[in-house]
Parts: sequence; structure tokens; C-alpha cells
Amino acid sequence: MMNSLHIDASKCTGCLQCEMACSYENHGVFATSKSRIKVFDFHSTGRKVPYTCTQCAEAWCMHACPVGAIHEDKALGAKVVNETTCVGCKVCTIACPFGTINYVADTGKVQKCDLCAGKPACAEACPTGAITFVDASWTGLDRMRAWAEKLDTNAPTA
Amino acid sequence: MKHVILGNGPTGVVAAETIRKMRPHDAIAVVGDEHERPYSRMAIPYLLEGKIAESGTLLRHDRNHWIDNRIELVEARASSIDADAKSVTLSNGEVLPYDRLLLATGSRPVRPPIPGMHLPEVVSCWTLQDARAILDRLRPGAKVLQMGAGFIGCIIMEAIANAVGKTGGSLTVVEMGDRMVPRMMTPKASALIRSWSEKSGVEVLTSTRVTAIEANVPHAGLLSLVYKAKNTKERVQVTFGDGSTRLFDFVICATGVAPAIDYLRGSGVEIGKLGGIVVDDHMRTTAPDVFAAGDCTESVDFSTGELMVNAIQPNAADQALVAGANMAGGAARTRGGLRMNVLETFGLISTSYGQWWGAEGGDHVEVVDEAAHSYIRLEFQDDRIIGATVVGRTHHIGALRGLIQTGAKLGADWKARLQADPNKFMDAYLATALSLA
Ligand SMILES: Cc1cc2nc3c(=O)[nH]c(=O)nc-3n(C[C@H](O)[C@H](O)[C@H](O)COP(=O)(O)OP(=O)(O)OC[C@H]3O[C@@H](n4cnc5c(N)ncnc54)[C@H](O)[C@@H]3O)c2cc1C
Ligand code: SF4
Repeated sequence: MMNSLHIDASKCTGCLQCEMACSYENHGVFATSKSRIKVFDFHSTGRKVPYTCTQCAEAWCMHACPVGAIHEDKALGAKVVNETTCVGCKVCTIACPFGTINYVADTGKVQKCDLCAGKPACAEACPTGAITFVDASWTGLDRMRAWAEKLDTNAPTA
Repeated sequence: MKHVILGNGPTGVVAAETIRKMRPHDAIAVVGDEHERPYSRMAIPYLLEGKIAESGTLLRHDRNHWIDNRIELVEARASSIDADAKSVTLSNGEVLPYDRLLLATGSRPVRPPIPGMHLPEVVSCWTLQDARAILDRLRPGAKVLQMGAGFIGCIIMEAIANAVGKTGGSLTVVEMGDRMVPRMMTPKASALIRSWSEKSGVEVLTSTRVTAIEANVPHAGLLSLVYKAKNTKERVQVTFGDGSTRLFDFVICATGVAPAIDYLRGSGVEIGKLGGIVVDDHMRTTAPDVFAAGDCTESVDFSTGELMVNAIQPNAADQALVAGANMAGGAARTRGGLRMNVLETFGLISTSYGQWWGAEGGDHVEVVDEAAHSYIRLEFQDDRIIGATVVGRTHHIGALRGLIQTGAKLGADWKARLQADPNKFMDAYLATALSLA
């Protein structure tokens, strides 16, 4: 069974260890602004919500890419950006209805969560267990799928 | 089962791959009339910029991709189809029978009916071959005229301006409309893009027409030698609507495109009022077992319910997935296409979505910072976002698609928060569409 990121926002304290770990893993610096996972702080409810790509089956980003720069890692289910092929057109960033693939002006390419080749740094860094890397059937992926069906395409799954 | 796909652009390729995934044993042939491996027009600006080589424009980079997926690539032009006999006649005389046919022939550039458009100094920017023609003529110091400041025009501007350089070279852009990217950007956002482009050294003439282009041939006589020595570069004389004339090295025509459907004449496949192939929500045309997708279709606008030709890459992919799935025996449907564009001009990034121009009875929030060249405008219908225009911000931009296309109800609270700070759209999306807050 494939693993995926499971996020339990009720456990998040907003310490941003995940953002730090992500930026360090992918950019070699501790800079939350470069992180692929982002913690949203809802002041009105006091809730902190870590949020990143769910590696959705529809993969709008992957299908929209004009040069095939995003592929699926079959073992992990992760949709992975190939920086060498990416031309930086940003079409994937507007096609993804979750807002989780983002343009990085410094590199002129896009970035998204790729599950760190199977050892997600955010989950390892999270001190409260708000982010865990577990069996995919636990993660509310079905809920995401139901949501995705509200969108225009019922993209076929293999 | 044999699937024939006409057109090997993004639509044809994504559809072929979708069919292959669902039907491992079917035969799939993809016909393309350009003498190229399947490539993406969208990558052309990056080729002009020198950011990628020609190989960087390929739709798929693995050389074995087509063989591994048993997708047969046929280089030929479809000259007609016979929907009764279920066959396609190719320019080379061959007749291809099909069980299911996909029309994915995209669009072709349209030039305005102006004298001189046939001159070799007038080039389009639509195919790889066009890109080569432009690259041949682009040299430091060149004086270039670009007709059209629509989406495609604006996307190639930066590459052209940088190539001709600031010393001696120049790029002049003429647009008949009263602003740049008139069909994608609000007036305010257009104004920001214009001032930014002008700051970057581009001359922008809006509400301006080109009325004629002539070869700039030196007059006969002794003086012509001097004239010739001075003017060998500026090969064309362009006349504008006010009667003034100017000399340029060459002209890039980016005045628009239209569905490429000439091979369908007399086929019984219905062409709509907008000039595109009529499709239903399964991407079926009016002929049995003939589907169509991408730039060559006219289809329902998710936002307005009206028909439109949505000639953009994400629409090509979305429609190709639906068409491909249905050709493979599935039952995929589209709820209409969404307008969405992202444009980068000299580092300034702008985006628009859906009904960005607003709806009757709707309301909006608009925040402009002219000095920072940043802008955001959200259009609401009741408590839903129906359209958006954003300049100078890219992060989480896709959430706007999610908000618009799921029709997420913001409720009075989140609508009020967005009216106070429209940049909080990602928070609103998590709180409302995904109920995470
Ligand atoms: C310079 C440039 C920049 C662009 N930038 C963007 C962008 O940033 N964002 C965006 O969303 N879109 C952009 N586009 C538009 C985008 O490229 C198109 O929407 C997309 O290519 C449509 O894909 P398609 O497969 O439907 O058609 P096409 O890509 O046009 O492919 C159709 C193919 O069919 C072939 N064909 C046509 N007639 C026949 C026939 N009778 N027989 C056989 N073959 C035939 C054509 O030669 C072509 O190869 C850009 C286009 C250009 C030119
Ligand atoms: S930005 Fe890169 S990954 Fe995204 S669609 Fe463009 S080329 Fe593909």
C-alpha cells in the first residue's frame, strides 16, 4: 500500500518545524518562505493548518504541463517536477485547483511536494504528530477525491 | 479497435496516452502535418529567449515514449474525412480507416486583410518553423514591429526585445484594441503591464492599425546606392492608420488564431458560429464516433454557459482527458471549460481566471499598488468568486481555480474578509472549499 502525508491539523501548534525542514531539504537553507508545505494560521478559530500537495490522482499540473516536465513516481504516487525540463511557464500553477504547485522566481522553475523520495522531511520534523507519513487509505484522500469530482473533468484513473 | 487522432499537439498526445492507459491492446495512430516530433507551441517563447534548445519544446522527452506506448506517429496532412465510411484521407493519398476518430488539429494563425501581409518579412509566431524564421531575422540592432498585443503577442515580447537589445534595436508593438491583452486583463491590470513593458524599453501603440506593408525598395538612380548602403536592414515600410509611415527590419504578426478545420468541409461534422468544431459535454462531435478536443473546438464556457473557443493549454489537456476516456469506452464529462491564463512580461507575472470581467448584479474588490506593480481583483456573484485578475503575485494562485470551479460558498464572514484583503484567497479556500479552518 502506498504511503501518503496525513495531516491532523488539531495537533498542529504552528511551530513551523515542517516549513524549516522542507526548505532545508530542498533548498539547503532554513527559510520558511521557500517551503513546499505551508502552515496557515486562522486567527479567528485559533487553528493552524499545515497544507501541501495531496498527490491527487487527477494531477492537473502533470497533464497541463506542455513539455512533460512532471511525472508520476509510480512507487510513491508522487507527482515530481523535473527541473531540467521545466521551462517555467507556470501553466501548472494555474491548472492545479489546490494552489500547491508554486513558481520560484529565483530558479525560474516551479516546485511542489514530491514526498522527499519516500522520507518526507516535514513529517520527520513535526514534533506533535500533526504530519505523519502513513498508509494512503488513512489520509482522507477519498475526501479529496470527492472534492475533485466537483471540478470539470472526471479525469480517468488508470 | 483502431483510434485515429488528427493533430499531434498537446491535445492529440494527451488523448492518445489516456486511451493507451485504459485500452492496452487498441491501435492508436496520431497524424501530424508538421515535419517535427510532437512538440508544444507554448514552449516557443522559451526557444526564442534562448532558454531552451529546440529539443526542449518536445511534448515528451523520452525518445522511446511512442514505441513503448505503441502510439504510431504518422506525418501527413488530413485532407478530408468520410464519417460514413469511417476513414480519413491523407495528403499522401493514403486512406486511414478508424473505429474512433479524434479531431485535435488545433488552430492556425489568422492575418488581417492588409496589403503586404504575404511579404517574406512578415512572419507569424505559431509553429516551430515560424520560430526558426523569427530567429533567423532576430539580431542585435534589429527594428521589429509586432502586430497584436494579445496573449501570444505579450508572451513573446520579452524574448524579442531582449534579442534586439537596447542599442539601436527596438521593438514596437501595435494593438488595434484600446489596451494590451484586452481579452485577458482588466483595464487596470493592462495599464500596469503596459507601463512595465514601456519601462523595459518596448514602444506600445494601442488603438492603432497597420494599414499597409510594402517592401522598402530603394529608388532607382544614383542616390539609391547611398540609400541602399544605409538601409539594407530596414526592409519594410509600414503605414499606420493615421497615414504615417515607418521603416522596420521585419514584422511579427500575432493578431490572432482560428480553429484549423478546413479538412472538414462537407464531412457533416458541424462547425459552430465561432468557427470551432461543435462538441457536447462528452467531447463528441455531430458525427458518430468522431470526437474533438482542444483549440479546434468551440465549447461551453463554465462561467457564462455560452460557447467559446478556449484556445489555451490547460483546456487542451482537460478536453483531451475527457475525449480520450470516452474514446476508450469510459463515461467522462466536462462541466465546461474555464478561462485561465498566466503571462510573464519582463518578469511581471499576471493571471486571470473565469469571468474576470465580472457579472451583472455581482460585485468586486480591487486593490492596486501602482508603484509595486501589484494588483488583485476578485469578482463575486453573491458569496462565490466567479473571476479573478492578479498581477505581481504567484503563490497559491491555483486555489483561485479551485474556488471558482467548485463554486465554493464563502459565507458572509469570508466574503467580508476577502473584501478587506483579497490576497487572503488561499486561506478562504482552505476554510470554505475544504472546511479546514
Ligand atoms: C508562442 C505561443 C505561446 C503560447 N503560450 C501559451 C501559454 O502560455 N498558455 C496557454 O495556455 N497557451 C499558450 N499557447 C497556446 C497553446 O499552445 C495551445 O492552446 C495548444 O497548443 C493547443 O493544443 P492543440 O493540441 O489543441 O493544438 P496545436 O498545438 O495547435 O496542435 C495541433 C496540431 O495538429 C496539426 N494539424 C492541423 N491541421 C492538420 C491536418 N489537417 N492534418 C494533420 N495535422 C494537422 C498542427 O500542425 C499541429 O501540429 C501558446 C501558443 C503559442 C504559439
Ligand atoms: S512551469 Fe514547468 S512544470 Fe509547470 S507546466 Fe510549465 S514547464 Fe511544466
